[in-house]
Amino acid sequence: MNQTAQQVEKVIQQRYKAGFYTDIESDRMRAGLDEEVIAMISAKKDEPEWLLEWRLKAFHHWQTMVGPNWAHLNLPPIDFQKIHYYSAPKQKDRPKSLDEVDPKLLETFDKLGVPLHERARLAGVAVDAVFDSVSVGTTFQKELKEAGVIFCSFSEAVQDHPDLVREYLGSVVPYTDNYFAALNSAVFSDGSFVYIPRDTRCPMELSTYFRINARDTGQFERTLIVAEPGSHVSYLEGCTAPMRDENQLHAAVVELVALKKAQIKYSTVQNWYPGDENGKGGIYNFVTKRGDCREDDSRISWTQVETGSAITWKYPSCVLRGDRSAGEFYSVALTHNHQQADTGTKMIHLGKNTTSKVISKGISAGKSNNSYRGLVRMARRADNARNYTQCDSLLIGKTCGAHTFPYIESSNASAKIEHEATTSRIGEDQLFYCRARGLDEEDAVAMIVDGFCKEVFKELPMEFAVEAKALLEISLEGAVG
Amino acid sequence: MLKINNLHVVIGDEEILKGLDLEIGPGELHAIMGPNGSGKSTLGYALAGRDGYEVTDGSMEFEGEDLAEMEPEERAAAGLFLAFQYPVEIPGVNNAYFLRSALNAQRKARGEEEVDSMNFLKTVRASLKSLKMDEALLKRAVNEGFSGGEKKRNEIVQMAVLQPKLAVLDETDSGLDIDALKLVAEGINAQRDGKRSFLVITHYQRLLDYLTPDRVHVLSDGRIVESGGEELAERLEAEGYAFLEETSEA
Repeated sequence: MNQTAQQVEKVIQQRYKAGFYTDIESDRMRAGLDEEVIAMISAKKDEPEWLLEWRLKAFHHWQTMVGPNWAHLNLPPIDFQKIHYYSAPKQKDRPKSLDEVDPKLLETFDKLGVPLHERARLAGVAVDAVFDSVSVGTTFQKELKEAGVIFCSFSEAVQDHPDLVREYLGSVVPYTDNYFAALNSAVFSDGSFVYIPRDTRCPMELSTYFRINARDTGQFERTLIVAEPGSHVSYLEGCTAPMRDENQLHAAVVELVALKKAQIKYSTVQNWYPGDENGKGGIYNFVTKRGDCREDDSRISWTQVETGSAITWKYPSCVLRGDRSAGEFYSVALTHNHQQADTGTKMIHLGKNTTSKVISKGISAGKSNNSYRGLVRMARRADNARNYTQCDSLLIGKTCGAHTFPYIESSNASAKIEHEATTSRIGEDQLFYCRARGLDEEDAVAMIVDGFCKEVFKELPMEFAVEAKALLEISLEGAVG
Repeated sequence: MLKINNLHVVIGDEEILKGLDLEIGPGELHAIMGPNGSGKSTLGYALAGRDGYEVTDGSMEFEGEDLAEMEPEERAAAGLFLAFQYPVEIPGVNNAYFLRSALNAQRKARGEEEVDSMNFLKTVRASLKSLKMDEALLKRAVNEGFSGGEKKRNEIVQMAVLQPKLAVLDETDSGLDIDALKLVAEGINAQRDGKRSFLVITHYQRLLDYLTPDRVHVLSDGRIVESGGEELAERLEAEGYAFLEETSEA
């Protein structure tokens, strides 16, 4: 039986294909975090006064806070004064179109499978590409504009749609929310902004690709999606970073606002550099993602496939404020080697007849630790609210861990809450059964894992489901073999 | 086809097979019977190459090749099939997808072209029909939520699709009612073409009533202690395994 564990271990010899570095001259701010740095970031982006004030308020609040220590993570202390909070590839002026973007940047995204130039664009997907602290460009601007959809970098939105940004920024995740959200609010650099007008179905998938490139730099992006009544949008983000021995910090905030009958589907394929097989290097991924079903009959659905990062701390949540609003969370989190993940969701039921569904699939291999942490809260006026949670863990080998921390708080007697959890090991019997039918070990593991994740993959937009499946297979390479 | 010579197999510290000899020619159907714990399933697993079944002495030759040198998937591609006593569930993996992937993996290993889905479906549908199995099973996950009988019949469907040279059936009859047993036997007989060989591991004679084996062997304490024709199975059924002790003492 030990042999199986060893075989499984072998398959997970990780190959991280996005680990290259782009040698490009960058405009980097000095390391350290203080009011001056924040003012410099704000000035770089030519921000209005109110936004700088907001950043400073967030910074002052952050100074009064301490980092979270409740997660099931072994988190080394972070020296926030050693991080560079702003780094951008040098460009003469803000490029007016993608033709003016440095070819090296286009090449980088090409290599990552995210072509931005006209000919090779992903069919039916508009992409905003963020490189370190700035957006490099956004495709299909014209087509989207015709539909009345705004999809641009956050910095552009501040310039071109300041009223919208001001109205919604921090309305879902206030800067006081938590330690990393406060930090992000003070120093955020770029990210995406999406606005879908009333009764509009966004004509294509929207996607943002985040790339960390520069050394000793943190990425603090901010994404805001506003869906007006009756609108519909599907958005996907992807992320990668070069392989480095030092840890790098990524602390993002994502806010979603769904108004009456609006639907937002937000998918993530997270593949930040996870560190090497000895746990050296990798991204610290501390992200606050929250959706507000602000009005009746709205729906927000989170789907995430998390394969990267040394440490993941992330709980995409739904505040179900409107009556009959619905929240969904579908998650696959894979950890290998020394990766640690503490991830899950919060479903806050405030409105009547609200429903939420949570499907979480954790896969642990190597010496990794994978925790699901989920909160379901039924408020006093949430009559007939319902939640269904299913939380499955799959262990590969014998040196990894899987943990489940469900929190349930109900203040309404009519609420219905169901929670199911299973933990299983990729059985020697399953592997042998597949092999006895002619499949080699790698294909067998891939097939078993894929089957385990099926319920989540089917929620991803088609093109990305294929990518997610491939990513999982690469991440599991060497787990057996 | 298969030539087993003085086979010793150890699991952990315990020797289970203690010098087993067996030879099966092309087109032959042999049955192995024996009491619980005699090593019947161990023989099946050792042939298929399960981890932890260590061959410490002797040899297993399959069409002139040394099985002990081959990985389980190589044995499968070479034409060895094991119908599991307890077929394994693989949640979320579509049954048809699994079988087609297995078939194509084997074909690829043999340097043959992959089958297209049309031809594949044709073959599978035909075997499902002959085993009176619902086509909906193809869309379900591998063995998940199958009844005991469906699982066993699913093994026979896999055998029919994979077309092995030698099929080892490990207690495929156990847990089947008489109708299912007949269907399974028909499924096996349909595959008998004068070239394909079978090793049927069973507790009971009743499956053999439908199969007419060429040889019947009795396995006891890791060795074949008695071989004969069909009449041996009948004798076992009538007298139980008690007579083994008499013969071995005699």
